[in-house]
Amino acid sequence: MKLRLISLAVLLTALFSFAQKQPSPGSLQLIQADELVKAMQSSGGQKPAVLYVGPRLLYTQAHIPGAEYIGPVGRAEGMEKLRARAKSLPHDGFIVIYCGCCPWEHCPNIHPAYQELTKQGFTKVRVLYLATSIGTDWADKGYPTAKGE
Amino acid sequence: MRKLAVLIVLVVLALGLYVMARRRAQRQGWIGVTATSKINGVTARAPAPQVLLTDLNGQNLNTATFRGKVLLVNFWAAWCTPCADEVPQFVNLQQKYHDEGLQIIGISIDDSDSELRDFYRRYKINYPVIAGSQKIAQDFGGILGLPTTLVIRRDGDIEEKFVGATDFAMLEKHVVTLLHSTP
Repeated sequence: MKLRLISLAVLLTALFSFAQKQPSPGSLQLIQADELVKAMQSSGGQKPAVLYVGPRLLYTQAHIPGAEYIGPVGRAEGMEKLRARAKSLPHDGFIVIYCGCCPWEHCPNIHPAYQELTKQGFTKVRVLYLATSIGTDWADKGYPTAKGE
Repeated sequence: MRKLAVLIVLVVLALGLYVMARRRAQRQGWIGVTATSKINGVTARAPAPQVLLTDLNGQNLNTATFRGKVLLVNFWAAWCTPCADEVPQFVNLQQKYHDEGLQIIGISIDDSDSELRDFYRRYKINYPVIAGSQKIAQDFGGILGLPTTLVIRRDGDIEEKFVGATDFAMLEKHVVTLLHSTP
């Protein structure tokens, strides 16, 4: 009886642990920071179009060099800008979107941006995985940044 | 045999709890952020910048005048769910420790004026709230993620920088320790 109870506790713990896993598996195609840097620096192959979908103030403080400012896609104006920009991108092009405004699971911009691009038929969209923020997971780790508009 | 089974179960249980705790800490930004981490050039344990601010009520503030108090500068946004969720807890902290010398300042990032004022009224925020700007963020060494909270000691030095959702139990311990320390 005791063993059964312990086993049940283990099972519940494992399930809880699995449920907490972030990001939600299968919902987004991710790219890690080092992979993105390699892709951007690669002399051959297709370089990604990097789109920033977060708030302006964070972008002007530090952004990935070459990243285009779109704006917070969680808001209607940002979504319109993304739709407008998407019109001039090839559907089989390599696109990386990122935000890093706040902890990953709470970002209001990444999911709408990813869903919009995939809905429009873009086949190679990747989301840069930034667990805590652009500061903690990119700048503080020594990856390249640019300032300003 | 039975003892071995129990042992295995306990080990698995312990591992599960460890993984859960670590994931929680990572999500909250408590792992990898240390007292000596840099904020675009502003290093913890360095003197806090002296910044002139104007709050939502038009009151002018100079952060230098808070020397002698423990100062928390919280960068947040109403649109940022974890930031917004924290506001009532900052309100509680301010109320609880105001008389012992705690002062909180909230600096909002990228909120519209109406959104910010509505939030301020709705949550009955009992500390100054400032609409952030590029200059203010730069004055504090650059803000590269929300929420970000700077903990500034009574002597005016930055004690700690926290990025990501705040562990308020830990923050309160820090605050109490600093409140009880001499300037």
